[in-house]
Amino acid sequence: MICFLSVERDLQVIAFEIIEAQLERILPTVQKPGRYAGGELNQVVKDWRAISTHVALVFPDIYDIGMSNLGLAVLYDLLNERPDVWAERAYSPWADMEAAMRAAGVPLYSLESKHALADFDIIGFSLPYETLYTNALNALDLAGIPLFSAERNELHPLIIAGGHTTYNPEPMAAFIDAFVIGEGEEVIQEIVNTQQTWKASGASRHELLRRLSRIWGVYVPSLYNAHYAEDDTFSHIEKLDPDAPLPVTKRIVARMPPPPTRFIVPYIETIHQRVPVEIMRGCTRGCRFCQAGMITRPVRERPVQEIVDAIEHALDSTGFEEVGLLSLSSSDYTHILELVNAVSAHFAGRHLSVALPSLRIESVSVDLMDALKDARRSGFTLAPEAATERMREIINKPVSTRQLLETAHEIYSRGYQTIKLYFMIGHPSETIEDVQAIADLCKAVLAEGRKVIGKRAQVTAGVSNFVPKPHTPFQWVPCDTTEQILAKQALLKQALRGPGLKLNWTPPEDTMLEAWLSRGDRRMGEVIYQAWRLGAKFDAWNEHYRYDIWLAAFRTVGLDPNFYTHRERPIDETFPWEHISTTVRKKFLTEDYLWSLLGKTRIDCRERCFACGILPTFIELRRQNPGEVWQCPEVKTERIQISNFVGD
Amino acid sequence: MRIRITFAKTAEMRYTGHLDLHRAWERLMRRAGLPLAYTQGFSPHPRINLASALPLGFTGAAEVVDIWLEQELPLDEITTALRQAAPPGLRIEQVEAIDERAPTLQTVLQASEFAITLLEPVPDLDHRRAALLAAKDIPRERRGKSYDLRPLILELQILPQDEQSRQRLLVCLVAREGATGRPEELLEALGIDPLSTRVHRTVLIFSV
Repeated sequence: MICFLSVERDLQVIAFEIIEAQLERILPTVQKPGRYAGGELNQVVKDWRAISTHVALVFPDIYDIGMSNLGLAVLYDLLNERPDVWAERAYSPWADMEAAMRAAGVPLYSLESKHALADFDIIGFSLPYETLYTNALNALDLAGIPLFSAERNELHPLIIAGGHTTYNPEPMAAFIDAFVIGEGEEVIQEIVNTQQTWKASGASRHELLRRLSRIWGVYVPSLYNAHYAEDDTFSHIEKLDPDAPLPVTKRIVARMPPPPTRFIVPYIETIHQRVPVEIMRGCTRGCRFCQAGMITRPVRERPVQEIVDAIEHALDSTGFEEVGLLSLSSSDYTHILELVNAVSAHFAGRHLSVALPSLRIESVSVDLMDALKDARRSGFTLAPEAATERMREIINKPVSTRQLLETAHEIYSRGYQTIKLYFMIGHPSETIEDVQAIADLCKAVLAEGRKVIGKRAQVTAGVSNFVPKPHTPFQWVPCDTTEQILAKQALLKQALRGPGLKLNWTPPEDTMLEAWLSRGDRRMGEVIYQAWRLGAKFDAWNEHYRYDIWLAAFRTVGLDPNFYTHRERPIDETFPWEHISTTVRKKFLTEDYLWSLLGKTRIDCRERCFACGILPTFIELRRQNPGEVWQCPEVKTERIQISNFVGD
Repeated sequence: MRIRITFAKTAEMRYTGHLDLHRAWERLMRRAGLPLAYTQGFSPHPRINLASALPLGFTGAAEVVDIWLEQELPLDEITTALRQAAPPGLRIEQVEAIDERAPTLQTVLQASEFAITLLEPVPDLDHRRAALLAAKDIPRERRGKSYDLRPLILELQILPQDEQSRQRLLVCLVAREGATGRPEELLEALGIDPLSTRVHRTVLIFSV
């Protein structure tokens, strides 16, 4: 391994001219060199020396994946509006490129200016899922930056991270200087401002971290110590700095700012090549397994006209042939019909395909898809998540089997030949009958298709393994063991044979990694580090993921992986992520968990507020932002009685 | 309306492959707001026809593409719109209207000319060139098939060195359907590692 950073930073780590010259030699020798070249349409280029704050936005997976990440595109856009800031991009190199870079002594560099990442002031990682952790470590190493926050000094870049995994930041606490909890649009500017003031002051790195911790939505793990009980469970968090906040409350924006429209147009194929427009943030459905639904509250919607205008501008600037209207539950967007009609009227005849994912299981969804599709009719996706009404009530996604079959009938009648059905196995209190029901339901749906279009009808079942996530009503429940998963999958593979049926499943080993990491505590950081040292990287990729390495890492550290996954947590257990507040109160989650055991459901909270905790916390924001942009109940009075809501 | 566009593919798009270049053209047309024509049928695709795939890593001075539009438009209007919408790495050189019934570019392409810069010095280049040209046949194997490279070489000259004193070659190779000479094959036949060169396609030669 090559160490790049043995010199003072003002000597420049490695000049960009040297990196450029090395790339000239390296790129022709690697697969898909377009990943590493930059220079695309709409990338932002500024004068390096005229910029006071250099920010590298890093998605720690390959370019092909990272370029489709909307979160980083939003931050890139917002930061580059500032004349004093230049935000650039970096992604993980694929194994062949990494080997070539290490051999040539080329550090991880930014695509725009080809500067070494160690030359930047701030490095921001996007960590939307746990299997990116080892890649984040590898990226730091490839950049020649010490992995551990404690080993970095004033000359090193500030390392921050955001994305949904940061709602349980503890497993990565040793490596990240400051986590952004929640929405980044406003807080990123405050972080940059704080870094600028600190840099001018010449104060210590510790002082920078202290100042950052004062910002709403920023968590600085080094200002806290974690304590554990005799039985290895988490005991409590201790503040090491009297002024550090406890809990750290997530950041939200009161209104969604206008969406970005100048997306970088890749020269090579990436997973999503489209204009992504977030139409709504948050979800009012309250599915109990769904972490996104719990942590992204409250629901805020963008106005129809703003969305249509954004699509228009983005198509003009990119020429993309696809638009994605993104949200957690498209059917719940208040003016969905109006939006779909406006989009199809406005962009008719332009050979544009419009993706509208996450539709409810009802025939209206078929109308919505019909309005958007030009001619292509391939597949239609429904996500019942569980196959029996009992199970769907437990997970709070109640829909009757009759309604599902009627919707399926309608879909086939409109010319779709394939229906994709998404399920999870491993929901709490699931029996083998519930798993069998998945196969039965798929066959029942196929039978509907046969009635309408005969043998052309197809059903694809996507069955994933449920991983309980922090901050959800299911954060207490055990994850299925490998043996349980294999038995259930064997049943499905046996039952879902025959023409017109297809089954996709997830290997249990993949599920275990996600399960260990998502409910891990601070001690898990050592496991991640050991796994990385043993060669773990690209854990989200089947060809790279090594289950045995992770087991070895657990052994080295002396932690039991099953402690994190298969243990049913007592209802009064304190969790290692409780000092991070989503503002959905634990009392609400506890009640919802207990309700699930009784099969008791909650209706859409647009119809009735269940006082989850969002509104009492953000009551001022709601009062200042009345109307339907925010879907919590209106707050008209200056002050309301809040004593019932305060504290857990 | 069928238009024929001559364009340069420069350094920024050196690593954009043939299919991706096709997509880049579709997006360029969309940004330019030009009425790109699509094929009829179940899955319509844009009517864009690139004359010849340029291998990954090569640049080109005069690449050619035919594109069909749904309506007639003045050429200068098209040219302006294309230039404004072109991405870095793609420069519009010339736009002309073409007879709708003209044969496809692939069927009339005869040869490609390349300027090759050698990044490492080859002292006996003259000798190697002479030896290669003197050979009656140059048996080579590509993807498990053996073929003779010699008849595919139409021209092989040594050009004056560039301003950085690097040696340069001018190569003209047959580029007909089923009989295409590849510069990297020629370089290997000369005992030169293609990775230590820069290849620039200068001209595509069509039969009229």
